[in-house]
Amino acid sequence: MEKTIKKSSLTISENGLEKKNASRRLEVLKTYKIYIGGQFPRTESGRYYIPTNAAGKKLANVCLSSRKDFRDAVVAARGAVSGWSGRAAFNRSQILYRMAEMLEGRKAQFIDELIQQDSTKAKAEKEVNLAIDRLIYYAGWCDKFQQLFSAVNPVASSHFNFSVPEPTGVVAVIAPQGDSLLGLVSVIAPVIAGGNTCVVLASETKPLCAVTFAEVLNSSDLPGGVVNILTGKPSELATWFVDHMDVNATIYCENNSDTQKMMREKSATNLKRIFFYDKINWYTDEGQSPYFIMDTQEIKTTWHPVENIAGAGGGY
Amino acid sequence: MAVKTKKATPKKSNTIKLKFDTSWDYSPAPESKSAATINKQYDLFINGEWQKPASKKYFDTINPAKEEKLSEVADANEADVNKAVVAARNAYEKVWKKMPAKERAKYIFRIARMVQEKARELAIIESLDGGKPIRESRDFDVPTAANHFFYYAGWADKLEYAFPNRRTEPLGVAGQIIPWNFPLLMAAWKIAPALATGNTVVLKPAETTPLTALKLAEIIQEADLPPGVVNIITGAGATGAAIVNHPDVNKIAFTGSTDVGKIIQRAIAGTSKKATLELGGKAANIIFEDAPLDQAVEGVINGIFFNQGHVCCAGSRLYVQESVAKQVIRKLKDRLESLIVGDPLDKNTDIGAINSRSQLETIHKYINIGKKEGAEMYESSCRLPGKGFFCRPTLFTNVAQSNRIAQEEIFGPVLAILTFRTDDEVIEKANNSPYGLSAGVWTDKGSKIFNMTKRMRAGVVWANTFNKFDPTSPFGGYKESGFGREGGLHGLLPYLNLVN
Repeated sequence: MEKTIKKSSLTISENGLEKKNASRRLEVLKTYKIYIGGQFPRTESGRYYIPTNAAGKKLANVCLSSRKDFRDAVVAARGAVSGWSGRAAFNRSQILYRMAEMLEGRKAQFIDELIQQDSTKAKAEKEVNLAIDRLIYYAGWCDKFQQLFSAVNPVASSHFNFSVPEPTGVVAVIAPQGDSLLGLVSVIAPVIAGGNTCVVLASETKPLCAVTFAEVLNSSDLPGGVVNILTGKPSELATWFVDHMDVNATIYCENNSDTQKMMREKSATNLKRIFFYDKINWYTDEGQSPYFIMDTQEIKTTWHPVENIAGAGGGY
Repeated sequence: MAVKTKKATPKKSNTIKLKFDTSWDYSPAPESKSAATINKQYDLFINGEWQKPASKKYFDTINPAKEEKLSEVADANEADVNKAVVAARNAYEKVWKKMPAKERAKYIFRIARMVQEKARELAIIESLDGGKPIRESRDFDVPTAANHFFYYAGWADKLEYAFPNRRTEPLGVAGQIIPWNFPLLMAAWKIAPALATGNTVVLKPAETTPLTALKLAEIIQEADLPPGVVNIITGAGATGAAIVNHPDVNKIAFTGSTDVGKIIQRAIAGTSKKATLELGGKAANIIFEDAPLDQAVEGVINGIFFNQGHVCCAGSRLYVQESVAKQVIRKLKDRLESLIVGDPLDKNTDIGAINSRSQLETIHKYINIGKKEGAEMYESSCRLPGKGFFCRPTLFTNVAQSNRIAQEEIFGPVLAILTFRTDDEVIEKANNSPYGLSAGVWTDKGSKIFNMTKRMRAGVVWANTFNKFDPTSPFGGYKESGFGREGGLHGLLPYLNLVN
């Protein structure tokens, strides 16, 4: 028997069947979690905070990461160093490019989140576009900066001697608070382009894009642990970012002189390298350069004797 | 018919025990002191002239091989440091910053030449004041110091080629604090790049070895360097602290212990001062079974006993692959016996005097710790001079990775020997150190060399060689061995701001 649809009781919308006079479809809200070792756990602390936008709208229940989360993230980052730094530079280059591809594909979502966080549509579009381009920029550097900053040193003795940059290891980053996507991408990209791994604390007041960016990373063939993203308060966590004995370098992007002083003092614990990117306009060309990559590189010099048999000529 | 099997003869060691007690005596061949002039007293070199210290105090510097006073030098206090910084600031703003780079270069070239001209005198004073063998000060310290000036002189007017797409600016006044193990060479490592990049300098040599730096001040005066561009002031820790804390210093360059390096890093927190720290080390020197063992043994000896082991990059941890450990240890012991310990001024001397009484005590402390921790000590049977601070070349076998003599920097002629079986194991052990200044590997296999040199976390890696230095070759550490590089193109950056 043929089933007939009574138009009087049901309406057909583009989205499927809806009961007449029913309220509109309930939106599925996203749980904003942190990103450690390629997984999306909640903070071990079970704590949350609620950032709001200028209009007072609650953005989400965001994980208020703890010191323990940071330590877990460092373990993940340390575990990923040898694999990531051991990848061919060309491979790292392709993965950064892949990150840009993934970001491009999810542009709308990032623009939407930036608008939720008080950006205008035009500004948000610009920020996302620049973030994508910045990834492409650093993707290109992965297998080139070494050539630019290496040297074969003409020593006076009979040795072959060369100096090359090598990643310093695990880098702890407190991302720019203002440009929550572009700033984040601008500090992460040079660190990982050079073969380091990192733990990044997202913007406290504008954390949405950082978590969504973790999803981009997760689908970009970037090995788990290379980038770990926490949400929370710099005022609580900054001290651990410089105190940790298994962190090789720390980057801080705010111009808070007390925090800067504290961080430099504590960096002495294991002489981690410390950088303050507090005067950089991420929207301009000054926000990108291979010198950012070089900040988290060490120079290694290698010597080997060259056989020097008496009377041997130059060969030409 | 049963064949009678020959009874196996006990395997003979393939090394021959050398007898060093018969015909191995060298006649003394002392360098003459007459070729060197040392004043009875030295003032502070500030603003191009010798100035009496505001403290009115002087302290003795002695010959550690004889425990005799050589001279007395001024003890700079805060007021003196301030005077030196003011002089350096004035020279920077009024003269040095404005001088065409090529003229700056010529001054530095001039200093290099004068160091060469006075090489013999400098070598003698270096050995007298610091205790190092004249062979080393004559063939290494002084020529390398001169070469360092010569190398960086040439950079002064070529800086725009060093950093692609950037302009460079000098930082201003550099406060430089150097150690006692290579007094003149470290002064050159600090002053040469600072001047080439357009900075002015306040330098403090170590309190036990101030004389060659003061001789260098005389050379700088003679070279007619504009007053205040280089100021050399003497004193101990308090003087150094006054330099670090002076508000008008833009850059701190320090070579010394990791402990003091950390104090400096804390002290400059909250300021805009930049720092280069070249600190301690506990270098792993690795011998694989396929290495040319005699060369390796020679390299290990040079690695740890060069300059009485007072070398931050000394190869103080030896890792020997188990299969050749017995043989290598035997060869090392033999070689240890043949080292000549004694008068630093004797041209035959391999190991001179320990720099100071307190350093000798530190070394003895560690030797006792090593024994207590259960390692086996072996020392040369050589006789030590009756006077002066001397230490027999010493090695420890059966050392555990966790032993303090394998973890902490001793800064003396003491080698800790450990063994390993596989590449991964030795990498793990070698990198298990808060330090990361230098490392060494000995093997005949090229691909293994690159595998090891890549994986060792250290700023300088020597493969089939050790303790080689050159002005063109960047030097500096990973991890707690400090940051920044000295030497080569990479040694310029610590003294510059890069601008778009």
